[in-house]
Amino acid sequence: MAKLTIAKETCKGCGLCADVCPKGLLALSHMINSRGYHPIDITDQDKCIGCAFCARMCPDAVITVEK
Amino acid sequence: MAIVYEKTKMLTDKPLHYCPGCTHGIIHRLVAEAIDELGVQDRAIGIAPVGCAVFAYDYFNCDMMEAAHGRAPAVATGCKRVNPNNVVFTYQGDGDLASIGAAEITHAATRGENITVIFVNNAIYGMTGGQMAPTTLPGQVTTTSPYGRDPALCGYPIRMSEMLATLDGPAYIARVSVHDVKHIMEAKKAIKKAFQMQLEGKGFSMVEVLSSCPTNWGLTPQEALKWLQEKMIPQYPLGVKKEVE
Amino acid sequence: MGQKMLMKGNEAIAEAAIQAGCRFFFGYPITPQNQIPEYMSKRLPKIEGGCFLQAESEVAAINMVYGAAGAGARCMTSSSSPGISLKQEGISYIVGAELPCVIVNMVRGGPGLGSIQPAQSDYYQSTRGGGHGDYRMLVLAPSSVQEAVELTQQAFDLADRYRNPVLIMGDGLIGQMMEPVEMPEYVKPADLPEKTWAATGWKPGCGRERAIINSLYIDPNKLEEHVQKLYAKYAVMEEKECRWQEELTDDADYVIVAYGTTARIARSAMRKLREQGVRVGLIRPITLWPFPNAPIKKAAAHARAFLTVEMSMGQMVDDVRLAVNGAKPVTFFGRTGGIVPTVREIMAQVEKLAEEAE
Repeated sequence: MAKLTIAKETCKGCGLCADVCPKGLLALSHMINSRGYHPIDITDQDKCIGCAFCARMCPDAVITVEK
Repeated sequence: MAIVYEKTKMLTDKPLHYCPGCTHGIIHRLVAEAIDELGVQDRAIGIAPVGCAVFAYDYFNCDMMEAAHGRAPAVATGCKRVNPNNVVFTYQGDGDLASIGAAEITHAATRGENITVIFVNNAIYGMTGGQMAPTTLPGQVTTTSPYGRDPALCGYPIRMSEMLATLDGPAYIARVSVHDVKHIMEAKKAIKKAFQMQLEGKGFSMVEVLSSCPTNWGLTPQEALKWLQEKMIPQYPLGVKKEVE
Repeated sequence: MGQKMLMKGNEAIAEAAIQAGCRFFFGYPITPQNQIPEYMSKRLPKIEGGCFLQAESEVAAINMVYGAAGAGARCMTSSSSPGISLKQEGISYIVGAELPCVIVNMVRGGPGLGSIQPAQSDYYQSTRGGGHGDYRMLVLAPSSVQEAVELTQQAFDLADRYRNPVLIMGDGLIGQMMEPVEMPEYVKPADLPEKTWAATGWKPGCGRERAIINSLYIDPNKLEEHVQKLYAKYAVMEEKECRWQEELTDDADYVIVAYGTTARIARSAMRKLREQGVRVGLIRPITLWPFPNAPIKKAAAHARAFLTVEMSMGQMVDDVRLAVNGAKPVTFFGRTGGIVPTVREIMAQVEKLAEEAE
């Protein structure tokens, strides 16, 4: 059981995290943040294994991973 | 639950100004994490360049100086000579380090100046709008090489790491990449090693990090990483170029 | 120290800097200032915490100064005209980042590679900034080795007080000439501000703000505010730091304005003319910026005419004209390219003025 926290206001929606998620759990959300980006979101929190690949790939350090 | 990964306190809360998918942010994070893990935040002094990373002083949570274009190694030299106990690093792009600052980096290296240089190579001038850099690949289209870089007209890309590794002064020189998680982990190791070299007083250390510029390459962030891997790495082979005992 | 020694101007400046606590020198060889780095390279490594470094260029040297000054040290560089041109980029950044340091220019003939002989043709460059952007530097112009020593020591205090570079503008003669000199015992003024802004290492809760040594203000409103702050500082310098020497100006019909080496020659001319009954006075600016307008304005009330003498084609004469503001004629005599004007030449110029007035 792992938990992903995404700082959606600072996410720029580049999607690099989505490409490295081994479970394919990350996708751009439909919401638009105050800076005009579609931030990333986790589609199924329960399936997250807490590998933190996404956080290590993120250029904006918006992802916190707990396990 | 325990924290597996969170943003290091060596980065300030200020959101990075870089374009979406630009790997400068990853490299900032790796440098900050290395300083944090070595426990030298209170001794660290960063020298920011001119280029996309000009605002690095807003992001690294330590004392900072902003240098003129290409002069960061000279500024770092002055700073380090005054307080040898400080952990002094420069963060420079390829236009800054390999073109206008070629003299400063070369002489800091050959003096064995006990500083750490983070050299971000993305084969283009990012901040000024995608002009040709000394590291631009043959045939690469930029705003000042609109027909592709023609070596007959403007020469070949410069391999700084290999060039500086020929000198006696440097203690550690490595080229790394950040195009995937595995390489990011390796890059982190190299950056940490470079700082360790400084802490041990071994002399000049530099890590060249191959980086992407989706905006000026005209690619999506994903395509840019692929381009980095397929086009840049053959031109700029990864690996440790010099390491002293 | 305390006793008189025979020293070359360049060496005396270097020793004075060390006495004033300068421990970091970054330079690059160029004639006619080489004795400064040579002297520093001999002395500084023998002093605890001292460091002399020969840089790869003047550009690198001034940026090393930026780094050392940013770390809070008293530091210095020296060069001569073509080298000072190369330093202008760094000087502009140093001013922008409000860093204290001392820069010596032993001026030689120009433009271009020019000559290696003494000149004063860098006056515009020195007093108008030299590099890009709105800024000023304190410019001190010694006319003897003794004065060079005193001004060098004061330069470090002034730099620290105003967080601004101070330029010592000599010429080849001041640098190369040997004169008896007494090294004053340096006493640091007690009221100099602490360098709490210096980048020396920081962590949260250490009692000060994170140091950011920087000249970039991307928001034009912020930059305007910053430059206005610099200019408020310059206004204080103009009020408090203007220095000059007046000789025999009270009854003078003709006033010579000259600085540095030229002022020494002008003084000899003045004395000879006085012997002949011509009432000549001399105003010698010691600070070229801020320029001593007051004594010139005062002399304009009674003098018939002014003669500005320089080792250039006429640069300071513009400032003399601004100070006189049309009240009296201002003429100019200069030699350039490394040629030093003679006493006879200056006398002839004053005699011509006197004839015209008759």
